[in-house]
Amino acid sequence: MRKELLKYGMQTLTKNILDRMYASMLRIRMFEEKIVELYPEQEMKCPVHLCIGQEAIAAGVCLNLKKDDYVFSNHRGHGHCLAKGSPMRPLFAEFYGKATGCSKGKGGSMHLVDAERGILGTSAIVGGGIPMGVGASLASMLKNEERVTAIFFGDGAYDEGAFYESFNFASLKKLPVVFVCENNFYATNSHQSARQPGCRISDTAAAFDAHGVCVDGNDVIAVYKAARDSVSRAARGGGPSLIEAKTYRWKGHVGPEADFDKGSRPKEELDYWVERCPVKAFRAFLLEKNVTTPKEMDEVASAIKAEIDDAVSFARASPYPEAKELLEDLYI
Amino acid sequence: MPWTKVYGNKAEFEKHLAGEPGLRGLTYREALLEAASQMLASDPSVFVIGEGVDDSGGVFGTTKGLHQRFGKDRVMDSPLAENAVTGIAVGAAVAGMRPILVHMRVDFMPLTMDQIINHAAKWRYMFGGKLNVPLVIRSIVGRGWGSAAQHSQNLQALFAHIPGLKVVMPSTPFDAKGLLKASVYDGNPVIFIEHRWLYEHMGHVPEESYTVPIGKGIVRRPGKDATVVGISHMVYESMKAAEELMGEGIDCEVIDLRTIRPMDTGLIIESVKKTGRLVVADTGWKDCGPGSEIITRVVEEAFGFLKAPARRVNLPDVPTPASPALEKAYYPGAADIVSAVKKTLGK
Ligand SMILES: Cc1ncc(C[n+]2csc(CCOP(=O)(O)OP(=O)(O)O)c2C)c(N)n1
Ligand SMILES: [Mg+2]
Repeated sequence: MRKELLKYGMQTLTKNILDRMYASMLRIRMFEEKIVELYPEQEMKCPVHLCIGQEAIAAGVCLNLKKDDYVFSNHRGHGHCLAKGSPMRPLFAEFYGKATGCSKGKGGSMHLVDAERGILGTSAIVGGGIPMGVGASLASMLKNEERVTAIFFGDGAYDEGAFYESFNFASLKKLPVVFVCENNFYATNSHQSARQPGCRISDTAAAFDAHGVCVDGNDVIAVYKAARDSVSRAARGGGPSLIEAKTYRWKGHVGPEADFDKGSRPKEELDYWVERCPVKAFRAFLLEKNVTTPKEMDEVASAIKAEIDDAVSFARASPYPEAKELLEDLYI
Repeated sequence: MPWTKVYGNKAEFEKHLAGEPGLRGLTYREALLEAASQMLASDPSVFVIGEGVDDSGGVFGTTKGLHQRFGKDRVMDSPLAENAVTGIAVGAAVAGMRPILVHMRVDFMPLTMDQIINHAAKWRYMFGGKLNVPLVIRSIVGRGWGSAAQHSQNLQALFAHIPGLKVVMPSTPFDAKGLLKASVYDGNPVIFIEHRWLYEHMGHVPEESYTVPIGKGIVRRPGKDATVVGISHMVYESMKAAEELMGEGIDCEVIDLRTIRPMDTGLIIESVKKTGRLVVADTGWKDCGPGSEIITRVVEEAFGFLKAPARRVNLPDVPTPASPALEKAYYPGAADIVSAVKKTLGK
């Protein structure tokens, strides 16, 4: 195992970290699969953007973050919150529109928040969260806090002007921020090649005098390594990085179903990526290298299952917000 | 209270000042500069950001020299990226700072609408009150000298439409200073709109730090025959009109609205109940503007008190032209207010 890890230049990768990578990815996968199972009941009355297939990015990045580091996410944000450590109860309750939801039922699945863990709200305007993430990192700099901000966004958000303006500002001010572009090749049904002539997202960083790197977003160790490098660069005043992590979403843009049968994408493409499942591949790696036993893995899975069951029952049993809450929370 | 007075010009103010020793006079621009300076000095979470806030002109003098005193981290120049820089200020506010963001002209703010409308205005409600956006966006209305269509707009109505924002338009130096502090400490996103023609106005401004409450209008001139609600620069035109009308025996009550959102409906209704006549003079266009809103509220809550149809004084329904000949025709002033008031009196 040591030899394999050295291949990644990760002499310090411990069993503990590797196990946490696995647990984090599996937790996201099982959480999303639970939504797939329950969504047809139509009790979760809000759009859901699932990240099945993309789990390695959230897991690999967030394992490098401290509890009070900031994370800014997007419409496809369940995985980011879970990886940052958010408990499941307020998330499920939010999907169910309950008063106990993380946003008290006012946000829905696209507007998650967990200020205690550095998630200062989530924008569902494509690219909209990027400036705010840079602003939060500016605040950290001005307050002399040792805090790094990670901003997750898609290849679609890379099309938006907000990205360039923000990245430029972050590099100009050498802010402690890591831009994580989850390149799943699609923005709804539009392929990256239909929107971008170059398809070399990470190369953009060079023009802004910043660090850019492109990694296999389905390889959790590769993501972890890139993020560790970028987070420590940010923390020591080296400015922002742009990590482009290539991956694929298995489900349709929104909702629990696959979309290839609607003609959105070729089935072969999905098959190719399912074959390269980040969770399955990492599980095989851990077993092959004798890092983790199947029994340990089963224990992880049953703990996650228990957490999910508890959170779903909690969400279902929770009350809806009262009508009077409609007019509350607008102004301080 | 001397500082609730409106002085038509510097000479008029200086005449009064001579009669009231012990009171200090400042221009509107100096009042804004002093407010920012005092907050920067007393609160490390306050910082100023915007294009050219550290240049020698200092945003028409309102930020002049602040970067030398407080450093370029706290008085921060920004790239020409209005949308992102607005979002950056929103993010910094959510993360515990109190940014004062300056967009030199309201005309540049259409580029920032995503961050203002979709983010700043929503960030508290959308997360069930768990986060706040203590942000002030200062912006400036131009007028005259051929500034034309893209450097002279009055877009207060756009912002006033949005729940979650507050919109402030002070007209006097005293209010400029006190409302800027109130805005910085309000805790909500406040759009603070200044008018270039106000910068040279003088008035009494205490040296110590103080606030003027957001959401409260003020009667600048009591009267019994007609209510004139003025906004920003139009407060001065309204005062001139009131004086002129007094010469004809018509006694106007002039209200300075000061805040567009939330609107001080109560003060206006009180006044209309007394006068039965209403004219609103705004610096912007007529359609769906503050005047429309004020008159609607009066109709909803005090219809029976209106003795005549209410009137509005606004810009004509076209963009600003450049030629001085057309500009002259474009901008309404005291004369238009006078004739609007007379119409409500059937004259
Ligand atoms: C400004 C804006 N334009 C369009 C949309 C509609 N929309 C929602 S998600 C999305 C695709 C975003 O693609 P990407 O950033 O790659 O994220 P992904 O969904 O692939 O995770 C679009 C076009 C939006 N929400 N906001
Ligand atoms: Mg995408």
